[in-house]
Amino acid sequence: MHRFANPAEFNRLADRILPWAIAVMAISLVAGLYLALIGSPPDYQQGESVRIMYIHVPAAWMAMFTYMVMAGASFVAIVWRHPLAELAGKAAAPIGATFTALALITGSLWGKPMWGTYWQWDGRMTSVLVLFFLYLGYMAIWHGFDDEEKAGRAAAILALVGVANIPIIKFSVDWWNTLHQPASVFRMGGPTIADSMLWPLFIMATAFQAYFVVVFLWRMKLEINQRKLSVMNRAEVYG
Amino acid sequence: MAAPKKSKGLKTRKRQRLVIVSAALIAIVGAIILITFALGGDSLNLYLQPSAVMEKQVPAGKRFRLGGLVATGSFHRDTDGLTYLFTVTDCAVDIPVKFKGLLPDLFREGQGVVTEGRLNKQGVFVAETVLAKHDENYTPPGTAPKNAEACSHPEALSALKKGGR
Amino acid sequence: MANFFHMGGYAVFVWSAYGISTVALVWLAVSSLRASRTTRKRVEALRARRRKEG
Repeated sequence: MHRFANPAEFNRLADRILPWAIAVMAISLVAGLYLALIGSPPDYQQGESVRIMYIHVPAAWMAMFTYMVMAGASFVAIVWRHPLAELAGKAAAPIGATFTALALITGSLWGKPMWGTYWQWDGRMTSVLVLFFLYLGYMAIWHGFDDEEKAGRAAAILALVGVANIPIIKFSVDWWNTLHQPASVFRMGGPTIADSMLWPLFIMATAFQAYFVVVFLWRMKLEINQRKLSVMNRAEVYG
Repeated sequence: MAAPKKSKGLKTRKRQRLVIVSAALIAIVGAIILITFALGGDSLNLYLQPSAVMEKQVPAGKRFRLGGLVATGSFHRDTDGLTYLFTVTDCAVDIPVKFKGLLPDLFREGQGVVTEGRLNKQGVFVAETVLAKHDENYTPPGTAPKNAEACSHPEALSALKKGGR
Repeated sequence: MANFFHMGGYAVFVWSAYGISTVALVWLAVSSLRASRTTRKRVEALRARRRKEG
């Protein structure tokens, strides 16, 4: 933990991870897209429209995963006052917001032909929309305060309170009746997706995960340098 | 937070903060989920299943959403050729539905639907919109889904367990 | 090939889902990398100036 306290150390680590993450992303993206669009069968009920699943589901998983990264970083920031942890939350937020928006948009584009509607206020869709607003709120707090220390603290508290939404998203389809179907992959009794569709899904999920690592590390470096700039400028003014 | 006392070490203060923040987090998250349940309750359900419609004795003319499975063998066109007739069931209670309009691509017997409309005096649900649900199964055409029997659908099961009627 | 683009009649939905996702993810990645590079250069420039000023 303390080793990463040092931004220079973190930068070195990031530079070592980045080429590997980019390679994993490129390979799994090419393989995943081929399988998703060409190498996988249509669905027995949904036909070719099922191909939207291969981006909708990874985007939704990553929307929740990124939130847990942001909340975990916020927890470390509040408890151990770790400056890099605060920046990690700030770096993750726009990525999570993008994944969430994509989950909502692709879901809506899938819902229209299959369900017959772009949107319904059911438990799953509403709770994912709340997740999107949590990301926006978190980013707005960072922008809204002049004092970075106060901004970081307030944003971290929002991120932690919002953790309540994650189990609500996951179990919304079990707790309430919804238009959205129940879980197909992470469920008791194993997945209900044929293997010829499950593998492409996992490979696309790997690509999304690697994409997160790459962009997250780039944004971490950005945030570290930005913090350096503001410290140097402050030194110029007061020093 | 109160200013830390000088006598306390940095480690003790950090441990204290860990305990306080963890406890606060668990309490707040628990509270939010409980409040969602308590205040949200029924209104968070998108639709009523046939058993619930019967249980609540929803009056004729009241607008609500009815959801369940399209009973196998129940779907047919009315004599005008434009009105569809089918039965929505949760494997415990059946409600006949009448609908004039476009059905979504996924609409079929044995699959879930969510319809919005009103019950008429004869106990027929006159739907204004029909949305199709799909279940958790994904499989290539011509192969058997892993969790397939119409009435083994999790919702149908939960209705059976709750109502037993 | 035409079949592939037709997507069983769901072309509009499938291709716009893939299209929007591609644009959003590429835009986020490119803007993150660009911003990260420009800030690094600004830090380096500021440092160099400090060194010169002593």
